[in-house]
Amino acid sequence: MKNALGFLVVLLASLAQAQTPAPDVLVKTITDEVAAAIKKDKDIQAGDTAKAAELIEAKIVPHFNFTRMARIAMARNWRTATPEQQKQIAAEFKTLLVRTYSTALVNYKEEKIDYKPLRAKPEDDEVTVKSEVRPSGGTQPVSIDYEMEKTPNGWKVYDVKVGGVSLVTTYRDTFASEVRERGIEGLIKSLAAKNREPAGQKAGKS
Amino acid sequence: MAVKRLCAALILAGSLAGCATSGGNPADPLEKVNRAVFAFNDAADKVLITPVAKGYRAVLPGFLRTGIANFFSNLEDVWISVNDVLQGKFQEGSEDFTRVIFNTTFGIGGVFDFASDVGLPKHSEDFGQTLGVWGVTSGPYVVLPFFGPSTFRDSFGFVVDGRADLVYRLVDDDVPLRNVLYGTRAISNRANLLDASSVLEQAALDRYSFVRDAWLQRRRNQIYDGNPPREKDDADDEPTK
Repeated sequence: MKNALGFLVVLLASLAQAQTPAPDVLVKTITDEVAAAIKKDKDIQAGDTAKAAELIEAKIVPHFNFTRMARIAMARNWRTATPEQQKQIAAEFKTLLVRTYSTALVNYKEEKIDYKPLRAKPEDDEVTVKSEVRPSGGTQPVSIDYEMEKTPNGWKVYDVKVGGVSLVTTYRDTFASEVRERGIEGLIKSLAAKNREPAGQKAGKS
Repeated sequence: MAVKRLCAALILAGSLAGCATSGGNPADPLEKVNRAVFAFNDAADKVLITPVAKGYRAVLPGFLRTGIANFFSNLEDVWISVNDVLQGKFQEGSEDFTRVIFNTTFGIGGVFDFASDVGLPKHSEDFGQTLGVWGVTSGPYVVLPFFGPSTFRDSFGFVVDGRADLVYRLVDDDVPLRNVLYGTRAISNRANLLDASSVLEQAALDRYSFVRDAWLQRRRNQIYDGNPPREKDDADDEPTK
């Protein structure tokens, strides 16, 4: 009886562990999975951005908080938008980022990624997972930092900084000037129009 | 030649400063002029530079392109190590200088970047960053013809970098050769960025402000060597201005 209870406790604990893997472990696992998927997929390697987008939707999107990303990009204008508009902005922003990411993925070449030790206390609910991509020779390593928050559904990414450049705040000025000139609706229309353009092309064979 | 062109651009930017109207970003009071130069650079890039870079990438095999990029990168490391020292980073300075020694000898004149493989990664330093570390503020954002994003401070740094450039220093009596080297380096650098420009094309609603804001963030990150202090602005719904 005592043993069974002990077993149950261990089982529950490991289940909870499985549901919320540590943020750095999560990033590494997903990155490895995506890299392996690209390696197997000849279409993505040949420049099929639609297929790359599918992969991103399946593997990466569930681990991002797009509402928070949209809120950061909108800054103070977020509060002037209606809940319905906020939903639309978050959805269009998500599409834009997924499409951008898929353009980057088709150009992916196998690269070595180092993960820096996570500097966080167990009770922290916001952490930065730092990694570094080492391109083959000649060029400087590029840092990729993931800003993550703890949610009931596990850790979620709300910003990615590549070489110190935030994918989210870089949109701030563009969004602010769209809103200033054409209002919230104008921004939603611009985002939607951008998302209807044909997807980016592969830059060329190397 | 590059320096002369740059000075002309700076004078142009300076004299137009009075009449330029301010757009959204307080760091960019010269937005109107900058947008014009950006459009010019963009056109030059589309019709001339990108096709050449694509050709370069199509014709030369990968190992050769890497070798060429490494060669120029090795020359650059000399000035990078000087800037490390000017910024008081003696450890990085000696590392970067060791990179030069190592890559010039074992790497056969810098064609192979062995130093990176043995744990001496390349750093990015230039005189504009050194000025930033010394406390010089960046001044307004400017887009230089052909050379792209910069600031008043970094344009000055760029002129100094140009004078310290080893291609400029070592090949001072053979101008045609020097120009060939300048040209090759420019194409090699551009060819390395071809993938990045297709991503940029996809990412940006307004390419001008996207490039500007990304560049300014990157610069700030470089000056703080990857650990910039959090801006007040990083808070979620703080107004930008």
